[in-house]
Amino acid sequence: MFGNEKQSKSEFKQGLNKVYTWYTGGFVSFVILLAILEQVGMPKAWIGYSFLAATVLLYAGIGVMSRTNDAAEYYVAGRRVPALYNGMATGADWMSAASFIGMAGTLYLTGYGGLAFILGWTGGYCLVALFLAPYLRKFGQFTIPDFLGARYEGHLPRLIGVFAAILCSFTYVVAQIYGVGLITARLTGLAFEVGIFAGLIGILVCSFLGGMRAVTWTQVAQYIILIIAYLLPVVWLSVKHTGVPIPQAVYGYTLEKVSAKEEQLLKDPKELEVRGIYKARSDAAVEKLKDVPGSMAADKAAAEKKVEELKASNGRLADIQAAEAAVGKLPKDEAAARAAYTAARTSNAARSNPPVRHAEPFPGKDDAARDIARKNFMALVFCLMIGTAALPHILMRYYTVPSVREARESVSWSLFFIFLLYFTAPALAVLAKFEVYTVLVNTPFANLPEWIARWSSVDASLLSVVDVNKDGILQLAEISIGGDIIVLATPEIGGLPYVVSGMVAAGGLAAALSTADGLLLTIANALSHDLYYKVLDPNASTARRVLVSKMLLLVVALAAAYVAAQKPADILFLVSAAFSFAAAAFFPALTLGIFWKRANKWGASLGMVAGLGVTFYYMVTTQPWLYKLTHGVAITPEIAKANTWWDIAPISAGLFGVPLGFAVIIIVSLLTKAPGRDIQDLVEHVRYPSLDGKTSAGSAAH
Amino acid sequence: MQLTARHQEYWSKNLRITALLLGIWFFVTFVLVFYARSLTFNFFGWPFSFWVAGQGALVVYCLIIWYYAHYMNKLDIEYGVSEGEE
Repeated sequence: MFGNEKQSKSEFKQGLNKVYTWYTGGFVSFVILLAILEQVGMPKAWIGYSFLAATVLLYAGIGVMSRTNDAAEYYVAGRRVPALYNGMATGADWMSAASFIGMAGTLYLTGYGGLAFILGWTGGYCLVALFLAPYLRKFGQFTIPDFLGARYEGHLPRLIGVFAAILCSFTYVVAQIYGVGLITARLTGLAFEVGIFAGLIGILVCSFLGGMRAVTWTQVAQYIILIIAYLLPVVWLSVKHTGVPIPQAVYGYTLEKVSAKEEQLLKDPKELEVRGIYKARSDAAVEKLKDVPGSMAADKAAAEKKVEELKASNGRLADIQAAEAAVGKLPKDEAAARAAYTAARTSNAARSNPPVRHAEPFPGKDDAARDIARKNFMALVFCLMIGTAALPHILMRYYTVPSVREARESVSWSLFFIFLLYFTAPALAVLAKFEVYTVLVNTPFANLPEWIARWSSVDASLLSVVDVNKDGILQLAEISIGGDIIVLATPEIGGLPYVVSGMVAAGGLAAALSTADGLLLTIANALSHDLYYKVLDPNASTARRVLVSKMLLLVVALAAAYVAAQKPADILFLVSAAFSFAAAAFFPALTLGIFWKRANKWGASLGMVAGLGVTFYYMVTTQPWLYKLTHGVAITPEIAKANTWWDIAPISAGLFGVPLGFAVIIIVSLLTKAPGRDIQDLVEHVRYPSLDGKTSAGSAAH
Repeated sequence: MQLTARHQEYWSKNLRITALLLGIWFFVTFVLVFYARSLTFNFFGWPFSFWVAGQGALVVYCLIIWYYAHYMNKLDIEYGVSEGEE
């Protein structure tokens, strides 16, 4: 079904059109069927199970149908994926758990600030189209380190490329598997850790059996599910609020209403009261930090006194037990207490802040703060764009199209399919915010919708509501909402039937699985093709290389699942870190390799190391989670400030790595010997689609 | 292999269109964002700068890539460097 050598190009494409039209129809009917079953009383849990089982089985089915042991099929899907379908596959490969789940949530939480992700993750494709995709396709090998190895003559640049590819893909894949665990837990009620391993099976069966070929055709299937799942609830909400089914065109008016409501909430006395309570708690934590041992003793005395009082006044048993548990939970030693007070200081301070104005660019208390916000916004856009144009699992996809011409068209399709989702995300955030501000805020606690309790039980850091000022009414400041649930909970926030929630979760799963597939394949290929075959054992047979790749895939997947089960940092930070790494390591070496003949082995090698090194160093010294991991102690705002350069947030560390990478490549190349004639010829070879009128078949058999 | 003058011309045309499109990309991305705080006039309900970053720029990016593919595919044929059919 997914092509063989004998079919002509147009026959193949027609076959694909037929398969995927039927498939889309099938998916829609499946959703409608479940919707009917829900109306006649099918339990919610079953709807969740049905979505999970049906989609994972489907992906596994495609994996089995496209199983292969042929190298060209396994690594680059036989190089005959039509531009349109490669665009869809790239879209799914690209849009990860962070795009699907995290992005609208970030927009919800940060308003204009979150648009950096929208800009960065779409604008980067301009760089892919203009600087990389057509040239890499003309080069026509299997991996990105392949290009570095050939262009920069030798194993050293190739190995640095392998290391960088693994570093950024692994960081990224951990985030995907975390997303898979989150969604599976939500869909089925299994524990998070079990959810991770359940999802892992879905990822493995596909890439394991059929490599790039299976991953490509599964990704197309996953794209169709994820885009339907993303658009439907937004369209529904839009019809509900504005009567127009094109949310992207009309949410400006909803935004006006949200902004008006924000002004009201900023001045609301009840809101001010709640924020004041958080401010007081944060101040108390600052006081406690001044004398940690003394505060520990005082805390202990206060907690014990509360237990005594409750017992003395014949308090309710539950209250007494809670108070006793609170005594037991007090930090045991000074370091733990210090960490707890620091955390209390930061989290309460964050919650005492007034809500951000959604539409205001670069908010800040004065001009200096606003300038810092603007600088960071632009730095983040820069890193995300350059990173987009340097992520190996995306660039690799342009090896799978039949020609340079189709590579160019394929970038165009890729961005179009990605655009459909990104164009919608800001609308989704605004519509969800409108619902929360108008429906949820000022509701008595007794009347809160039941989805709040259900989500709080998955993970309290995702959603929690506490009646801080004890007035029995929900204030906005009393809601603590994690960005990661906005998309998943939107159908419930908007009061849509449960089948829509199930479908959205299935869409999120498709997004996370498809990206994880592409990433795992990149890592396994870097190890099996570049390290094992090209460096260690150049005489290895094709079958053996594919086998090694499959084994490595398994090992890497398990390692990533293990790391994800530790719940490291938030999804968006992990993903953005991967972008900074990719940007600093690959972009300068790849673009200069194509556009500057003089760039040589030593320049590229040192440039990649320098770019990656400075990016990593900056993150380690400024990012709280990495700082704690490497220094053993928690970072304080004072240390973070001292380590920060030019007020740039750790998420944009690539801002320093990319220019340094370019500078080092240029300087070192000029100081060392120019590359030989054969390299000049290679550069000319990739610059022209064809110098002799023949198709660049690539070395498919290789 | 030795490049002809036509080959050189093809490459410089490629560089020219790349630079032009990159200029547009830069303007939409960084120049408009830099002045975002001043560009907040009402644009069909949105403040203009919010609309640009959320919707407008994305449309421009799509057009840039589409135009590049269209232009280059035509240029390939014009300069005889296009790939033959399989």
